[in-house]
Amino acid sequence: MSWEIVMGLEVHLQLATQSKIFSGSATQFGAAPNQQADAVDLGMPGMLPVLNEEAVRHAVKFGLGIGARIGKRSVFDRKNYFYPDLPKGYQVSQFFSPIVCEGVFDVPLEDGSLYPIRITRAHLEEDAGKSVHDIFGHETGIDLNRAGTPLLEIVTEPDFRSAEQAVAYLKALHSLVTYLGISDGNMAEGSMRCDINISLREKGSDELGTRTEIKNVNSFRFVERAIHYEYERQADILDGGGCITQETRLYDAEQNTTRSMRSKEVANDYRYFPEPDLLPIVIDDSYIDTVRQNLPELPAAKRARFLAEYGLTEYDTNLLVPNHAIADYFEAVAESSGAPKLAANWILGDLSAALNRSELSIEANPISAELLAGLVSRINDGTLSSKLAKQVFEALWNEEGDTDEIIAARGLKQVSDSGALEYMVDDVIANNPDQVAQYIAADDAKRKKLSGFFVGQIMKASKGQANPQMLNELLLKKLEDQS
Amino acid sequence: MAEDSVLGMSVSALQMMLRKRSVSSVELTEAFIGRIAAANESLNAVVTVCAEQALEQAQEADAALGRGEYRSLTGMPILHKDIFCTRGVRTTCGSKMLEDFVPAYDATVVTKMKAEGAIMLGKCNMDEFAMGSSNETSYFGTVKNPWNLDCVPGGSSGGSAAAIAAGMAPLVTGTDTGGSIRQPASLCGLTGLKPTYGRVSRLGIIAFASSLDQAGPMAHTAEDCAIALTAMSGIDPGDSTSADIPVSDFHGALDTQIDGLRIGLPREYFNDSLDNAVRERVMAALAELEKAGAVLVDIDLPHSHYAIATYYVIAPAEASANLARYDGVRFGYRCEAPQDLEDLYRRSRSEGFGEEVQRRILVGTYALSAGFYDAYFNKAQQVRRIITEDFHHAFEQVDIIAGPSAPGVAFPFGTKQTDPVAMYMEDIYTLAVNLAGLPGLSAPAGFIDGMPIGIQLIGKPFDEQTILNTAHRLQTDTDFHMARPTLQGLAS
Amino acid sequence: MSVTSRDLEKMALLARLEITETDLPDVTERFSRVLSLVNELNTIDTDGVIPMSNPHDMEQRLREDSIAHPSDREALMASAPAQQDGYFLVPKVID
Repeated sequence: MSWEIVMGLEVHLQLATQSKIFSGSATQFGAAPNQQADAVDLGMPGMLPVLNEEAVRHAVKFGLGIGARIGKRSVFDRKNYFYPDLPKGYQVSQFFSPIVCEGVFDVPLEDGSLYPIRITRAHLEEDAGKSVHDIFGHETGIDLNRAGTPLLEIVTEPDFRSAEQAVAYLKALHSLVTYLGISDGNMAEGSMRCDINISLREKGSDELGTRTEIKNVNSFRFVERAIHYEYERQADILDGGGCITQETRLYDAEQNTTRSMRSKEVANDYRYFPEPDLLPIVIDDSYIDTVRQNLPELPAAKRARFLAEYGLTEYDTNLLVPNHAIADYFEAVAESSGAPKLAANWILGDLSAALNRSELSIEANPISAELLAGLVSRINDGTLSSKLAKQVFEALWNEEGDTDEIIAARGLKQVSDSGALEYMVDDVIANNPDQVAQYIAADDAKRKKLSGFFVGQIMKASKGQANPQMLNELLLKKLEDQS
Repeated sequence: MAEDSVLGMSVSALQMMLRKRSVSSVELTEAFIGRIAAANESLNAVVTVCAEQALEQAQEADAALGRGEYRSLTGMPILHKDIFCTRGVRTTCGSKMLEDFVPAYDATVVTKMKAEGAIMLGKCNMDEFAMGSSNETSYFGTVKNPWNLDCVPGGSSGGSAAAIAAGMAPLVTGTDTGGSIRQPASLCGLTGLKPTYGRVSRLGIIAFASSLDQAGPMAHTAEDCAIALTAMSGIDPGDSTSADIPVSDFHGALDTQIDGLRIGLPREYFNDSLDNAVRERVMAALAELEKAGAVLVDIDLPHSHYAIATYYVIAPAEASANLARYDGVRFGYRCEAPQDLEDLYRRSRSEGFGEEVQRRILVGTYALSAGFYDAYFNKAQQVRRIITEDFHHAFEQVDIIAGPSAPGVAFPFGTKQTDPVAMYMEDIYTLAVNLAGLPGLSAPAGFIDGMPIGIQLIGKPFDEQTILNTAHRLQTDTDFHMARPTLQGLAS
Repeated sequence: MSVTSRDLEKMALLARLEITETDLPDVTERFSRVLSLVNELNTIDTDGVIPMSNPHDMEQRLREDSIAHPSDREALMASAPAQQDGYFLVPKVID
């Protein structure tokens, strides 16, 4: 049987705020256990929540970023369940009236096309704490530092038909939220966690099959693997005539499997009701307008602008735009050097490779945009051949100064003086009569190959500093003169 | 010697004496602590006494008074209901669950009253988690009514009410979710005020039903309640539901002029099911007000009948979530040797909570559970709006509404305990006021067979002043509020 | 709507309360009495009425995003039934 996979995603995005959504405790990652949990976060008797304005603004930014309808009157609800990392015995979330309502998010795919994903809703909620299972023997330790961290849960319609689409969506989402500045997007620290709802159906069918939900997958790679694994698992069951059990499953990255979370199966009845300790969040048009006016340029707009303004290829644009810092870096180099295509090539080529080798992020890049622009300018004005440029790049990476200083120090200047070049060409022709004769006798195709010999000789003699373009022109002319 | 003569005095009288320095705060504090020591064994009104701390504060207050520096409650001994979190002082909420709970913070009300110079003598007994109308659900034992030790003091602020009636303090705090200030005030011969929802911060008050809970003062007189209300009130950035409405000097603004005041009498309160003796006392008090120039107007609150059903869905539903935090993990009671997490949860909660609390959690869970939300919780919230609109319509015709505070006087222990519904009926005249978030006050209206009974005055939202004025006028023209129990038969 | 002991057991599980076999009939009976009291709600027409969660039509106030105060872990954890190295402890949880 041929199965089609149908998926919807729920992303829990940690919003970048100083303090928690309902308390004044810090949200910083990595503090000693329970050091960043105050009486509100611990759910102590008599404690009450007070809403953080930044969390609201971030949610509205997101809504505007995907062109969604903003809930003008959104309401918090209590989601009731017992778990030791949930201090109050309920999670404050938004169930009936979310702050971000329906919208559409256009996801750029690898081939450059856009794939529209329907966003069902996005709502504000508080994160739970953390259970530590492996340091107290027969007991579990509870650390509530993360409890109360603001989350935006972004829910899609079941619009995904492949793992690639899902990953492309997550990458585009990651790009969007970091552009908006509403999340640090640090997946390793759990800033973006994904639940995947997966079901299979016969190709061509309109009905949805029974789904499973894979919880808390926290990297693009794991998302892809988890989906592939779950697809195979469900397909095997269905091919064998079995039925899928609707359940929550956990992705195990080490084993690359998903397994049933039995603990979640116990009578789930969340008994949502409006949180009486909080009042409706009322958002008016002027608030929305103010937020909209302060939105940065978003990836889609930037992509279009890079194509039009800099004449970049779709391919280069898709590589430069997703990471805000890379896009900014590119723009600085392009503007300063006046050579956008060359700038893109160097950033996506040598610079990316060097950063990867050293496992550095763009933020830790030792070559400032100004320095790289210096190099690109010298290539662009013919001072440096690409071969020499590579040497200069190495020196820039090692922080030996700027391009002009490096050229001077190493005497790397390209020989573009036609008199000097002519002398070198004459010299090599005079010293290699056999090769010249062969060249003259050859047809056009062969001549091209044979000319390489002369270029090589001259480059060797000039220690690579001969301007290759001028050299070529001169050489061909002189050889032509011989025949 | 200051002692006994001060014990039944009002806050306003003691305030004057303190300022004139005819009595010191230390003397007052010692006198009230002495009364607690003498009477509490019999009454069980106070669960924690902070004698040492109180005397230290009293000394500071005396020093301040000596310098001529005073605020509204400087040097005034008070008691807090044990639902207000007090930093460093055990706060039990009447429950085994919190038997050893010592908060690291003060409730905003506690902070405010401290800032006004009040001396905290200790904490008052109460129905467990404020769920009860007789103080019989307290883990720390029943509280006796000082007017008759065989009877309940009312609830849930029963310890607070008994304490004032017995002269253990001139002023106490209470909370009122469905009548928990007004009903015990009625049963103990006191003046008790439930302010408008949002008037007083709920931060640091252990939650029962968040959309209904409101703290307020209980004292001998309306004048005292006015002093206390100003001290307790105001917007609190820490409580999103506290109202951004200016707090006036309720005491300074007291006005006995009620000529032309329109008082609405809901037909639904004065119907056939109202006890005749209660009706007589309430009508007699109203006649006094009429003499003073008030106009009595019959009004309708057509959906009053639904208040009890509405309340007993909403309050337990909110409580079922509010009480989920008592899980034996971070604070409070934990069962012995839990087998696993589920065992820890279920035994800690079943052993830590009393029967009434567990019943309400179950009712609330049911009202919110899948398939019942619309029929119960959502429906109750709709009816809540209808009931509230009834009041708003009525207030288009009248300035305040009057009725009984409770269906009868204090009843003997055990008489209503086995039937939860019979007990719930104790609050039949008070619940709707909480649903609508209105201010309500109970003031003494006389006695039935030697036991006190109150009249309830209900005001427009944030208009506590008018009901305080009315009660104050009543207390100018009558002296029911001056009566004190004899305290015969106390153990000591 | 009436309620059975089985319903009660389900509610008790959701609310993490334990009702012993011996108590169950009594608990069910008293619960039923409360339920018949609140079933009164079925007799009123509420079509089109907006549910009321809060007595006043107020809006949520927002708090500035700033760190208020360092939390005093020791004082806050002083009432914890079981703790070690700054963690609250519970019997081992198995997912």
